[in-house]
Amino acid sequence: MSQQRNVSSMHVPDGFLNAPTSLATGVVAVAGVALALRGAHKELDDRTAPMAGLVATFVFAGQMMNFPVAAGTSGHLLGGALAAALVGPWTAVLCISVVLVVQALFMADGGITALGTNITLMALVGVAVGWLVFVAVRAILPKRLSSIAPASAVGALLSVPIAAIAFTVLFAIGGTAPVSTGKVLAAMVSWHAAIGIGEALITGLVVAGVIAVRPDLVYGARPVLAARELEIRPGHPPQTTPQQEAQA
Amino acid sequence: MSRPCVSRKAFLIGFLLVALLIAGVGSFYASGNPDGLEFVAEKTGFLDSAKDSAAADSPFAGYSTKGIDDVPLSAGVAGVVGSLIVLVLAGGLFWAVRRRGSQDAKDEGEKTPSGA
Repeated sequence: MSQQRNVSSMHVPDGFLNAPTSLATGVVAVAGVALALRGAHKELDDRTAPMAGLVATFVFAGQMMNFPVAAGTSGHLLGGALAAALVGPWTAVLCISVVLVVQALFMADGGITALGTNITLMALVGVAVGWLVFVAVRAILPKRLSSIAPASAVGALLSVPIAAIAFTVLFAIGGTAPVSTGKVLAAMVSWHAAIGIGEALITGLVVAGVIAVRPDLVYGARPVLAARELEIRPGHPPQTTPQQEAQA
Repeated sequence: MSRPCVSRKAFLIGFLLVALLIAGVGSFYASGNPDGLEFVAEKTGFLDSAKDSAAADSPFAGYSTKGIDDVPLSAGVAGVVGSLIVLVLAGGLFWAVRRRGSQDAKDEGEKTPSGA
């Protein structure tokens, strides 16, 4: 890259994938964001909308903070699993998409023709894997607040290498350089498995931090909080919150 | 403990300050090594297929601010400006998309001391 970088946050640049593949991921991204707009309407209310805006801001900042990984590589937060646990999966898709748009347009981080690819990989795949794994792990662990952060960390751990596999699939379909898919796959998965550990640590710590202060603002903790209200204060009148309908 | 120990406003302001601190100051201490994708692209030989972004002339391209030579300041300004752009765009989007109504009940639920 001819560009001098102070911060080496790199998304898929222009040129890695050919035009048809970029166009196809663009269509997927637009469809995904359109669905997310409908889903986020159910997740967001006057109380959670400001929180969601701040989560997007936090992910943008977090993505600048590259952490060293072995042998001269670094990784940075993708943020899909983190955002999903904090504000819900549909809103998380929008959080990461806004971050990627701002990065592509203002920071020249990630190509503009590759925006659909980056949204597909990090906003759609990253959030979907992070959220689904989170929900599965949450179902297995005891119904306690202390289970939420570890569940989000496991989601984060897996979201990074799976997004890397998704990139490799796109590269196999429409990569412009004649490099063997097997080589790319092996390198992508091994490095991003290591980066996933960093993603898991950051995600777990941030979710645990928010839960310690304001568990009611953590979307992924709502079923546990609702269960706790029932167990601990059986005589207490149910709070009028949107939790129940939001779970639909 | 389900009774919040920090008001929502204080929490949100704190959250914003942490984000701005990371973007404005912390990012300077970030690792300058190539990230996973860049490293793999270089190692397996497809990094050269990258083209410069059409946004490469943006005043904040590459997370450095044009016209500021001091490196930490240049990166910090780019980080803070970028964060604020995200805050305005995402905040505006979520405020527009949010569910309306049923608000009074929630505000009361938050203000009323809930047992404990």
